[in-house]
Amino acid sequence: MIDVTETQKTTTDTTATAAAPSARGLLPLPLATARALLLAGGIATSASAYMAWTWTDEFPGDLTVNGYPGGLQWLTFVAGILTALFTLSSYGVRGLGWLLPAKNNAPVVLAALGGFATTWFAVIAITVELGGVVNLEPGGWIAAVASLIPVLGALALPEPLGDDLKDNLKKYVAKPDRFPAPKAIAPWVERAIITIVTIIGLAVFTYGIDTEYGELFVGYLILVTFSLWALHTAGMLDTFSRIVAHNRSFTLAMGFAAAIAFPFTQTDDHYANIGVNILIFGTVALGLNIVVGLAGLLDLGYVAFLGVGAYTAALVSGSEFSRFSGVQFPFWASALTGAAASLVFGVLIGAPTLRLRGDYLAIVTLGFGEIFRIAVNNMDGDSGPDITNGPNGIPSIPDLSFFGFNLGESHDIAGFTLGRFANYYLLMVLIMAIVVLVYTRAADSRIGRSWIAIREDETAATAMGINGFRVKLIAFALGAALAGLAGTVSAHVTYSVVPTPYQFAGSTPPNSAFLLAAVVLGGMGTVAGPLLGAALLYLLPEKLNFLQDKSLLAFGIALVLLMRFRPEGIIANRRQQLEFHETGQLDVPEQATLTDEPAVTKAGA
Amino acid sequence: MRFGGLTAVRSVDFTVNSGEIVGLIGPNGAGKTTFFNCLTGLYVPTEGTVSYKGTVLPPKPHLVTKAGIARTFQNIRLFANMTVLENVLVGRHTRTKEGLWSALLRGPGFKKAEKASEERAMELLEFVGLAHKRDHLARNLPYGEQRKLEIARALASDPGLLLLDEPTAGMNPQETRATEELVFAIRDQGIAVLLIEHDMRFVFNLSDRVAVLVQGEKLVEGTAEVVQADERVVAAYLGEPFEGAPGEEEAAEVAEAEAAKAETGPAKTSVTKTEDEAPADAPAEEESTTSTKGEAQ
Repeated sequence: MIDVTETQKTTTDTTATAAAPSARGLLPLPLATARALLLAGGIATSASAYMAWTWTDEFPGDLTVNGYPGGLQWLTFVAGILTALFTLSSYGVRGLGWLLPAKNNAPVVLAALGGFATTWFAVIAITVELGGVVNLEPGGWIAAVASLIPVLGALALPEPLGDDLKDNLKKYVAKPDRFPAPKAIAPWVERAIITIVTIIGLAVFTYGIDTEYGELFVGYLILVTFSLWALHTAGMLDTFSRIVAHNRSFTLAMGFAAAIAFPFTQTDDHYANIGVNILIFGTVALGLNIVVGLAGLLDLGYVAFLGVGAYTAALVSGSEFSRFSGVQFPFWASALTGAAASLVFGVLIGAPTLRLRGDYLAIVTLGFGEIFRIAVNNMDGDSGPDITNGPNGIPSIPDLSFFGFNLGESHDIAGFTLGRFANYYLLMVLIMAIVVLVYTRAADSRIGRSWIAIREDETAATAMGINGFRVKLIAFALGAALAGLAGTVSAHVTYSVVPTPYQFAGSTPPNSAFLLAAVVLGGMGTVAGPLLGAALLYLLPEKLNFLQDKSLLAFGIALVLLMRFRPEGIIANRRQQLEFHETGQLDVPEQATLTDEPAVTKAGA
Repeated sequence: MRFGGLTAVRSVDFTVNSGEIVGLIGPNGAGKTTFFNCLTGLYVPTEGTVSYKGTVLPPKPHLVTKAGIARTFQNIRLFANMTVLENVLVGRHTRTKEGLWSALLRGPGFKKAEKASEERAMELLEFVGLAHKRDHLARNLPYGEQRKLEIARALASDPGLLLLDEPTAGMNPQETRATEELVFAIRDQGIAVLLIEHDMRFVFNLSDRVAVLVQGEKLVEGTAEVVQADERVVAAYLGEPFEGAPGEEEAAEVAEAEAAKAETGPAKTSVTKTEDEAPADAPAEEESTTSTKGEAQ
C-alpha cells in the first residue's frame, strides 16, 4: 500500500500535469465506454439466456429452446440482470442509489465476473460433456461473448492503480474501508426488509436444494458466491446485519417461519428428505459448536453422541429387531432417554479426557469416537453382549405418531401434500428451535462467558476462579445431549440404525470430520454458521455425483482455500471478525494492532 | 517449590496484613513469580502450605480465588477476544452462582444476578477509568489500559488480597504514577496488596514493607530503610564491593549519579535513596497470612 502511494507521488511530481493520474482502468478505455460496455454486456448476457445454447437435450436442463431460458440459462439471466442493475446504480439512476452506497467499483466488477463465470462454466460444461465445440449453437457463442463484455468494461473502470498487477486486481474486488453513514430506517421498513430478504433467501435456498443435476448446482454455487461477494463489497451485508441486530427476535421468528415454509414449497418428498437430513446434520453441528466454538475443545469423535442417541431411540422404539422389542416409548420419552444416554456417555468420556489440553484432547476424543463404532459393531451376541445386533444394526424402526398424526404417512394440509419426510422435517425444525434456544441462552450467560474465557486463556480463566474441568465437562455434556436429541429423530427418519455412519471420516455426512468442517466452514461461535456449513456440506456430496470418490479431495481443497481467504468462516461472529480482520466499527484500534497478520488476510478477502 | 533438581523457592515465609501494601523485590530469576504461582495454586508446592485467614488453601487456582486471593500476570493475560466488560464479568465468576439451568430457563433470579454482576463490573471499570471502553475488545486496548483492565478483572472477584505481578512493567513515568494512585485506592478499600516490581522507586513509594527474595530465599523483610540499608541486598543486586583500591569514591559517585537520575526516570537498583516513605497506618482488622515453606535441598 505504502509503495503504491509513493510511486504515485513520484509520478505526479515528474509529470505534474495529469489531474488524476491514479484513477485509470486496467484497460485504457474512457469511463463512459466502460459503463456502456457493462450495461450493454449485462443486458446482452441476460438476452442470450433466451437463445438455444446447444442442439441436443442430452445436456441436462434442455438448453435447446429459443425464446425461453432453462436450467443454467436462468443463472446467466440473473447474473446479467444483477450486472445491469449495479451499473445503472453507478450511473446514478434515481431509486437505485441504495445498491451502491459507497459508489465503489467492486460490486459491479464482481457481478460481471459472476455472470462470466456462470456462463462460461455452462458453455465449457456443454463442450466437455457433449464432446467438442461443435455442439454449441450460435446462442452459446453469443452468451460466451456477451458475458465477456461486462468483464472488459469492468476492468476499464478507473481505480487508483499501481505497478503491481496482483495488487491492481485486488483493488477491483476490495471492499472499501469506509461507507457513508447509514441513514436511519423506520422500524417497519426494517421489518419489511427482513421479510423480503427471508423470502428471497428461502427462494434461493430452495432453488439450491431442488437443483436436479450437478452442473446446475455448480453454476448455482458460482453465482451465489459472486452475488454475495458483490453485495458484501457494496456494504449490503453489513447494512443487513445492522438491521438484524435491531430486530433479533423478529429475524429469528422469520427464520423459523421460512424453515417451516420450506416443505410447503416442495412437490417431491425427496427434497424434503434432503431438508430433514440437513436439519439433523445442522443441529448436531450446532451442538458441536458449543464444544468447539465456545469452549474451544477440539472434539474429533463427536458423531458418536449422535450414534448413542440414535441407538437409544432405536432400542426403545418398539422395533421387533430391538433387544427390547416389547418396549415402545412415546417420542418425548425416547427423545429424553436418547439425550440422557448421550449426556451420560459424554460425561463418561469427558471426565477422564477433559483434563488434557489441546492436541491430546483431540486425539483422545478421536479414539473414543472410534471405540463407540467398534463396540457397537461387536455387541451382537457373539463377540460381546447382544445389544445392538452388530453390523446389521436395528432395522424397521416404526414411524412416530403424535395424537393419531402418523408421521410416516402423507397428509394434505391446506391444499399442500406433506409426505413422510416433510413431516419429519417439521419435527426436526422444532428440535432445532430447542437447540438454537439452548445455544443462544447458554452462550449469553455466566457459563457461556466462562467457556469463552477457557477458550481464550485457560490459565488466566482458572486464576479468575473458573473451575476449568467442571465448566468444560458441562460444555461437553451439553453438546453430547443435543447431539443425542438429534440422533433420536434421525433413527426414525432413516428407518434403521447401523454402525457405519458413525465414523471419523467418510464421503457422506454426518461423520466427525464433516461435523467439525461444518462448524469451522460456517463460522465458529455463531448460530447461523454451522447451519449454513451443514447445508453446504450435505448438499455438495449429494449434488455432485460426478465427483464420486474424489469428493473428499475436492472438499479438502475447498477447506484449505476457505481458511486462506476467510479464516473466520462464512458467517463470522463479531469476535472472530475482529480477530482476523480488524474492521469493526466499535473496535477501531487506537494504536497499531498487536499483530500484523490481519492486514494480510484482509487484503486476501 | 522444586523443579527437578532446581529449588526455585525455598522457605519463604511471610505475612501480609489487611490494608497493607507489601512489595516483593529481587533480581531476575529470584523466584518471585514462582512464589506467586505457588500462592495462587498454579504450581503445586513440592512442600509446604499456603494459608489465608488461618485456613490452609488447596493448590487449585479457582479455589484460591474463591477464598479471596486474586492476581494479575506478569505478561498480560486478558481474554483478548472478549470485550472489556465481559473480561470483568468473568472475574465475577466466583461471586455468582447461576449455572446452566438458570441460564436456559432465564428466571427472574438469573436476570437479577446478571444485572447485579454488570453493575458491579461497571463500578470497577469506573474505578480504574475504563468505563467508556466497555464494548471494546480487550486486545485492542493500549498497553497501559490492558494492565488496568487486568487489575479490574482481578478486583471483580472481591479479593481480600491482591497479587500484582509487575504492574508497571513497560509503563512510562506518568502511567506508573497513575498505577501508584490506583494501588493506594485499592488499599484504601481495605484490600491487602502484595506486588512484585522492578521499579524500586515505585516499590519503596508504595510499600509499607518490602521483602527481598534472592535465589528462592527471603533475604530480608522490613520497611524501606531497613531493606535499602541492608548490605546483602546491595550485594545481591550489584555484587560484592571491590576489596582493592578503586573502591569507595567511585561507588559514591555512582550512587550520586543515580540519585540524580532517579528524579527523571525509574532507578534500577535499591541503592538509590528515595525521598519519602509510604504512608502506612491502615488498621489491621483482619489478618491474611500467606506463607510457603519448602525444604532446602
